[in-house]
Amino acid sequence: MLQISALLLLLFVMLSLAALCLGAIHIAPSDVVRAIVCALSGQMSAPSEEELILFSVRLPRILFAGIVGASLSLGGVVFQALLRNPLADPYVLGISGGSALGAIIGIVLGASSLYLGVPFLAFSGALITVFLVFIVAGGPRGVLLDNSLLLAGVVVNSFFSAAILFALSIVNSMELHSISFWLMGDLSRVALKEIAVAALCLVACCAILCMQARKLNLMVQGEETALQLGVNVRATKYILLIVTSLITSVAVSLAGIIGFVGIMVPHMMRLVFGSDHRLLMPAAALFGASFLVVADTLARIVIAPAELPVGVITALCGAPYFIFLMRRKGRD
Amino acid sequence: MSIICAQNISFRYANKPVINDVSFTLDEARIVAVIGPNGSGKTTLLKILNATLFPNTGQMFIERRDTRHWSRQEIAQTVAIVPQESPAIFSFFAEEIVMMGRFPHLQSWAFENKKDYRIAHEAMTKTDSLSFAHCRFNELSTGERQRVLIARALAQEPKILLLDESTVFLDLKHQAQFLSLLRELNREQHLTVIFVTHDVNLAAQNADQILLLYSGEKYAIGTPADVLTAQNIKEVYDVDVGIDQNPYDGSTRVTLLT
Repeated sequence: MLQISALLLLLFVMLSLAALCLGAIHIAPSDVVRAIVCALSGQMSAPSEEELILFSVRLPRILFAGIVGASLSLGGVVFQALLRNPLADPYVLGISGGSALGAIIGIVLGASSLYLGVPFLAFSGALITVFLVFIVAGGPRGVLLDNSLLLAGVVVNSFFSAAILFALSIVNSMELHSISFWLMGDLSRVALKEIAVAALCLVACCAILCMQARKLNLMVQGEETALQLGVNVRATKYILLIVTSLITSVAVSLAGIIGFVGIMVPHMMRLVFGSDHRLLMPAAALFGASFLVVADTLARIVIAPAELPVGVITALCGAPYFIFLMRRKGRD
Repeated sequence: MSIICAQNISFRYANKPVINDVSFTLDEARIVAVIGPNGSGKTTLLKILNATLFPNTGQMFIERRDTRHWSRQEIAQTVAIVPQESPAIFSFFAEEIVMMGRFPHLQSWAFENKKDYRIAHEAMTKTDSLSFAHCRFNELSTGERQRVLIARALAQEPKILLLDESTVFLDLKHQAQFLSLLRELNREQHLTVIFVTHDVNLAAQNADQILLLYSGEKYAIGTPADVLTAQNIKEVYDVDVGIDQNPYDGSTRVTLLT
């Protein structure tokens, strides 16, 4: 497990370095390495234009893409296992709809001018939605039933979609542009401070989730089986749902809705490494980080100097690759 | 010494009573069959025995302790159940499934060590399932899956083993193997076995005691010869049967008269 994690971490670092070189302005790999070595050894003279691009534009963005990719992939793994549904994604509990509605309200009301105004509203929207879904899905004696969780998530999401469409039809064109970027995922507008918060949140949540990995293996076998084998199912389920909702909400509120990562990366990792969550969770987090870094780099360079929303890239590359993997598995 | 003691237990799903004021005591190291018509509460009783359900009234004692006071981990170290079927959504290897039986004996983050692998492999050898240790669980046949699930229960190293129709999908050879394995574990490790079955002759041949349930109530409990009488079966199942002695092992034999 450690070797595989280390390999995937190496992959992430290599891809990040490559991503640092690429962009509207090409910077030679040797210059990138030299700049990083200088920065790490503290010999920073007056930064050149290239160093400025590297350290204040590209590096934060790459780190942020990594964090968001890891969060969404991890969220996908947990929700798929917990709901025992291969089609679940991190937004399954209505987090996408809730946060989108929050963000749109923020944009329309002019919260964009406030520091963290839109992300805060998006985050609140996501958490309120999860809470609503929990209440709707709550069975007798406070039991959360899988199917009602899924259904409640779908219902709440579609209700919010309607509200979003309504909002879209009444806003002006400037707001429409920033809303549509948000809805398709946008990693460009984020500062170091937010990245640090998201990173901390990811590391903490990742640690908690990985501690539950063995229990999650048993939960996949069915709640009754997990109970019989000694898992405290109710507590485990609540911990997993809450922690996962939290990292997903943080990622969504800062980056917008980036589709496909959270459903595809877990499946890719399952096809490669099997279903043991002790390996699957770190692998999915690391690979998800690499995947989104690549996707975001493509989004930056395809029509440079203009940019695509990263969600377009993830869906465009993700869907065909997913089909390829499925067909290959079917032939074996 | 009694290992299981049910005191006036009743259980209802919503408003449908399933078990009604049942009391019994079972001694350690016995093989007990639970029989009864469909819907008589057999499976529910097993779920109360492994504390996935708790009686609405009355108390279920295991080793003289109310099941409500056991932690999940303690229960799983003591009681194992082989379910009828196990849903498989994501594919795990058969070996991984068996290894899950080691969960109650491990810290939740720890990886299994050599001892756990040895126990799991022994359990798989006993159920003749080691040959497909590295096959995907959901690609096995029903009978093979059943053998893997039995191995998982054995890997839990329980004191009480609950079986819910576990022989139904096994072929003749593996039925025979499994039944002699149960008797061996019962004899050598003092395992208490409680099995639910519809096959009264299987119960008569293998059980020390039979518990006959009838619409949620204890109709009779005792030795096979005491419980399996033509009159009891007529009243509970509403069928006519002939009772005689099995010439091969001397057990009570029930023949359906149709």
